[in-house]
Amino acid sequence: MLKTILKGAAVGAAVVGFMASAQAADPVKVGVMLPYTGTYAALGEAITNGMKMAIEDAGGTPGGRAIEYVVVDDESEPGKAPANMEKLVSGANVDMVVGTVHSGVAMGMLKVAREKDAILLIPNAGFNAATGPLCAPNVFRTSFTSWQTAYPMGKAAAHRGYKKVATITWKYGFGEESVEAFKEGFEAAGGEVVEEITLPFPDVEFQAQLTRLAQIKPDAVFAFFAGGGAVKFVKDYAAAGLSKDIPLIGSGFLTDGTLAAQGAAAEGIMTTLHYADTLDNPTNRKFREAYKAEFGKDADIYAVQGYDTGLVIAAALEATKGDTSDRQALLAAIRGVTVNSPRGRWTFSPAQNPVQDIYLRQVKDGRNVMVGVAAEKLADPARGCKMM
Amino acid sequence: MDLSIFLIQTMNGVQYGLLLFLIASGLTLIFGIMHIINLAHGALYMIGAYLAWWLTSQVGNLFLAIVLALPVTVAIGIVIERFLIQTLYKRDHLDQVLLTFGLILVFDSLQSMTWGNDVHSVPMPEILSGSIALTDTLQYPVYRLFVSVVCALIALSMYLVIQRTRLGMIIRAGASNREMVQGLGLNIRNIYTLVFAAGTALTAFAGMIAAPISSVYPGMGSQILIICFVVVVIGGVGSIKGAFLGALLVGLTATWGQILVPEFSGVVVYALMAAVLLWKPRGLFA
Repeated sequence: MLKTILKGAAVGAAVVGFMASAQAADPVKVGVMLPYTGTYAALGEAITNGMKMAIEDAGGTPGGRAIEYVVVDDESEPGKAPANMEKLVSGANVDMVVGTVHSGVAMGMLKVAREKDAILLIPNAGFNAATGPLCAPNVFRTSFTSWQTAYPMGKAAAHRGYKKVATITWKYGFGEESVEAFKEGFEAAGGEVVEEITLPFPDVEFQAQLTRLAQIKPDAVFAFFAGGGAVKFVKDYAAAGLSKDIPLIGSGFLTDGTLAAQGAAAEGIMTTLHYADTLDNPTNRKFREAYKAEFGKDADIYAVQGYDTGLVIAAALEATKGDTSDRQALLAAIRGVTVNSPRGRWTFSPAQNPVQDIYLRQVKDGRNVMVGVAAEKLADPARGCKMM
Repeated sequence: MDLSIFLIQTMNGVQYGLLLFLIASGLTLIFGIMHIINLAHGALYMIGAYLAWWLTSQVGNLFLAIVLALPVTVAIGIVIERFLIQTLYKRDHLDQVLLTFGLILVFDSLQSMTWGNDVHSVPMPEILSGSIALTDTLQYPVYRLFVSVVCALIALSMYLVIQRTRLGMIIRAGASNREMVQGLGLNIRNIYTLVFAAGTALTAFAGMIAAPISSVYPGMGSQILIICFVVVVIGGVGSIKGAFLGALLVGLTATWGQILVPEFSGVVVYALMAAVLLWKPRGLFA
């Protein structure tokens, strides 16, 4: 009898012991909310690949904890964003959420993250506000702001001797913020934006605007388009014969992940971005080789951003020794990460956006070749952020 | 604005309108004549573009790729009509909407699984890859003009078949009274299958022929769907002539809207539709 009781007590003690170590044994739940269908599907895929690769590189169990991914396809549908985010935060009870590509969707996620005080890592969406007026201690961005990718092009354009530049973009947040930042940089360097052309998003019939540009004949055209629209614009621009007289410049999204489809039409286009395929550093060389070997295609900027997100998660978990229960410690750990990225070393600004080099690149033989550094250790001004 | 720019912009509008007609022509047949709300229209357009890209990369020539791809799209049309749509003729429009919306999801997933999610482009056929100088800085690609001519020819042949042939007469009769046509001893079932297959092939063909000037990417279908419905609704449901004029009107309005009132360019087309519907609630040529 006594034996049985003792045995029972031993089992009880074992159970308690197991409970205590449960936290170390349980995987860290990472909500992944990215587009896997629709226009941005390739971006969601690249980010996911990059992120998982970074976690694998860190041994798969950073801080001694395995990672469990809870994946949701956000379909790039802003309307569905809050519900999907709720599902991850309250439903699946994840420790942190990674997402997403589309700024409108990220906005919905950000609102929920602020309400529920959930940790959000944004691996792409570049709308300034996320680390500007809407910045929060639990919201991090591992990618860029629209401002960061376009402002340095203004200076670079003026430096190349362009005096009068026309701009063209879709009438939506990312495009308008990019044009605004380019204009700020270009006018500060003494240039003049002579015409700002916008099209409804996501129209891809450009003939009227191309005719207009031929009529204005500016020194250069600054364009913001991405994905399928970028392919079509660059091809139409070349087919209209404009590229021989009026150089095309832009923020890097014009020629990133799209070069294979743009072909010869993209040759010579100059852009600024926080990454260039040919960046000459050991991390980048190793990353590109490994990525190509694992996924059978070349890494692009989205893969890099995903990879960096994985690096941040791994480094933060290492720093807290896998402890996710102490929120403040976890947030501080994320904040303190120095990311040894394929794009070069970067750290978080007080607004929790990367402070990073922006590169000037030119398309040569179907690659975004680095020409120089357009802005060193550039921090977004984070206008309106109270944490600055 | 000088005359040459005015003419070029008008040409841009006409060319865009012709392209819109081509893209909407399959919808005109299926929605206009069969009264089926085919939300999968855009997805079929996308499938056409992807087939053109994939086959061109295999056989090296867009025209050969189109010849190979068309029978496939006809088969897709027959299968969809025979096994899915046919069960819904007696049902509500809502059931058709649900079914064809489901087809969008199916086609999108198939595209993603088969061809991946990258953006692709289709090279223009060599003989049409030149361009014509319009002004000293502006050129016009020959292929665009070629597409315009193809659009105009398709519009003309659709009109002739529907309005001037016995088959066209039966189709029109079937559109207005299915039972009566059947009562006269005609096999309306086969005719509907034929029309749906033709509409599917036409939609996919639009995707194929436009592929070199539109680029090929996931989600391209959903972008054209709404504007296609606008064209058909403005023209008047069931009228080929209406869809043709509707497309030209939309093309010109969109182009000139972007030049004259750029800040409202996103709404001019819908304002046009609202105005037409206020004036003629059933469209221009219903």
